[in-house]
Amino acid sequence: MSTQPQAGTRLDPWYGSYSQRTHGMRASEIRALFAVANRPEVVSLAGGMPNIADLPMASIADAVADLLRRDGARALQYGSGQGDPVLRGQIADVMSLEHINAHPDDVVVTTGSQQALDLVARIFLDPGDVVVAEAPSYVGALGVFRAYEAEVVHTPMDAHGLVPEALDEVLTQLAASGRRAKLLYTVPNFHNPGGVTLSLERRPRVIEVARRHGVLILEDNPYGLLGFDGEPLPALASMAPDDVVYLGSFSKTFAPGYRVGWALAPHAVREKLVLASESAILCPSNAGQLAISTYLSQFDWRGQVKEYRRMYAERRDAMVGALQEYLPTCSWTTPEGGFYVWLKLPEGLDAREMLPRAVTSLVAYVPGTAFYADGSGAGHLRLSYCYPTPERIVEGVRRLAGVVNAEADLVAMFGTAPSRTDGVETPGPATP
Amino acid sequence: MTVRQPLEVLVLAGGLSHERDVSLRSGRRVADALEDAGASATVHDVDGDLLAAIDARRPDVVWPLLHGSTGEDGSIRDLLELLGVPAVGTGAAGSRISWSKPVSKTILARAGVATPASVTLPESIFREVGARAVLDRVVDRLGLPLVVKPAKGGSALGVSLVTTAEGLPKAMVSCFSYGDVALIERAVTGVELGVSVVDLGDGPRALPPVEILVEDGLYDYDARYNAGRTEFFVPARLGTSVLDAARQVAVTAHQVLGLRGLSRTDLIVDADGTPWFLEVNSAPGMTETSLFPLAAEADGLALPELYRGIAEHAARTS
Repeated sequence: MSTQPQAGTRLDPWYGSYSQRTHGMRASEIRALFAVANRPEVVSLAGGMPNIADLPMASIADAVADLLRRDGARALQYGSGQGDPVLRGQIADVMSLEHINAHPDDVVVTTGSQQALDLVARIFLDPGDVVVAEAPSYVGALGVFRAYEAEVVHTPMDAHGLVPEALDEVLTQLAASGRRAKLLYTVPNFHNPGGVTLSLERRPRVIEVARRHGVLILEDNPYGLLGFDGEPLPALASMAPDDVVYLGSFSKTFAPGYRVGWALAPHAVREKLVLASESAILCPSNAGQLAISTYLSQFDWRGQVKEYRRMYAERRDAMVGALQEYLPTCSWTTPEGGFYVWLKLPEGLDAREMLPRAVTSLVAYVPGTAFYADGSGAGHLRLSYCYPTPERIVEGVRRLAGVVNAEADLVAMFGTAPSRTDGVETPGPATP
Repeated sequence: MTVRQPLEVLVLAGGLSHERDVSLRSGRRVADALEDAGASATVHDVDGDLLAAIDARRPDVVWPLLHGSTGEDGSIRDLLELLGVPAVGTGAAGSRISWSKPVSKTILARAGVATPASVTLPESIFREVGARAVLDRVVDRLGLPLVVKPAKGGSALGVSLVTTAEGLPKAMVSCFSYGDVALIERAVTGVELGVSVVDLGDGPRALPPVEILVEDGLYDYDARYNAGRTEFFVPARLGTSVLDAARQVAVTAHQVLGLRGLSRTDLIVDADGTPWFLEVNSAPGMTETSLFPLAAEADGLALPELYRGIAEHAARTS
């Protein structure tokens, strides 16, 4: 005799109702391992959290309290779908530092630039459409493109960023196979995760290639003002305003908590972004916008950005110095701004497979596979230097070196080293 | 010992193991259920504040819901015993034995329980003798397919199903990233079961076996914690005698390994109806998708009252 229930349970009565794209979402053990990275014992070189500990919190608190007392009825009310007009004007001023001559009417304020990314994907991408993105590319963008069921085709970078000739070839091949890319997604400054910057010389050439192939450029620029030396480079949007949707953010130049970003777009695109945003969120947070606006008008935000640059440069130096000392078997990019170093492991090592060993050794990073849509990138990893102190960064790299060396021994022992060629062509360790 | 009303429970969750995330989920679920049953439950991580928190609260009982490493290897139990704090579940000695898959397999085999043929090999032996030569002998002896898993660990982390000899080295590298010792086991094909055991003082009792059916293969991390891909049948779709045999294996494991309070044994039942012991968990998962709560509810038990009963029993008898 047997006991035969009619049906089992999936512990999810709605399992049969999800969209196709939801069925592709998998819970990864990598995410679970990152739960350990939050413990203070672990040196997390994984996350990209800005270090905001030195912001003048008490003064900001006073200013925000005053804002609510003065203008609370507006701050806590619904606002314009396009965003607060005063803030849009201030955003235009911020962008002028990158040579962008923007009209506030062409700015759409969003809930972080991540929402702007989502809106652009929403208005341009049908399932199966092609987006060309750097190899590697920002993991959050890949997630958005995947959600809209677009196909990401990667195009190579080198130490000077996107390679225009290679981009031309990728777009030509796509066209030859009867497919046109709709967007070129690029992070031109202090790339996440690549750490490289698109050179000034290449910028017009990238624009020319994209224009010739009829591809809209999506310029994602959260780190542009965080260069360690010299002035910010002119944005692609400053050179070709009709061919570029530009995404900006206050998350790195001020703080991410208010979730205020923006898109700057040609007027026809802008109009559709506003409609799409209204349908998604009605309007961005008025309280957040007015707080940011207050910060920009009452505080020395340029001085704060300068302070951020100094702090992050010190941390970059700590990381690169530690890499030179402890990981001579690896190569890496040396960023001139931003948050990230892209590291190439010795031949045959798999950053994803190695992560549990790293977590056991109390250090965390993001495996390179996160930054590719096609599963490649296992031979690389991203290291963030933005959050830990310089001392902790050095300790983290020291721990990582032990992990890399142990894993290299293991891989050599089992002979599991495949050859790889993907990713940024990382220059060898710079001589001190 | 006298138990206060309401019962004061300190739930330990988190820790530094690879299963921290699962442990946190388990801890929150159990604490919520205990609160629903009228107990006072607080979740605490295993960190530098723990001893001070225990001193300050003087809980009636501590419930370690730690999965992996120090949570299950007996370390935390030793510490709690050192502090003289009553605790739910298996003590230090039983934890140490059950945490090691090879040791628990050996003890169960001696008790007459079938367990798949296996070898236990540390990373060092491959280094000393030569990896290729050892792996060739493993395949010669055990055949294919094989399951490679860390000798200590849970949530299928570092576990690979190997169907070709060429796939074995990569599986070894994955496994050794989680721990120094690998258990290489002959894969048994059949119905995968989790059999939970509960003991409230009247002897260990097996709950209805839960059958696990993953629509596209291995019961991996996603299949365990992201509801949908896995279909559970409670009780399992097996004959009564087979179900009884599976329950008996779980009770035997609970007894011979010296487990207390609660446990979960993982088995595979082959085409002949033989239950093969794979491993036992002295701190089974208690998340929304875990097998212990699923089995308990199928048995007609309300989780708040069950958890409260487990905690009270431990408070009185530890």
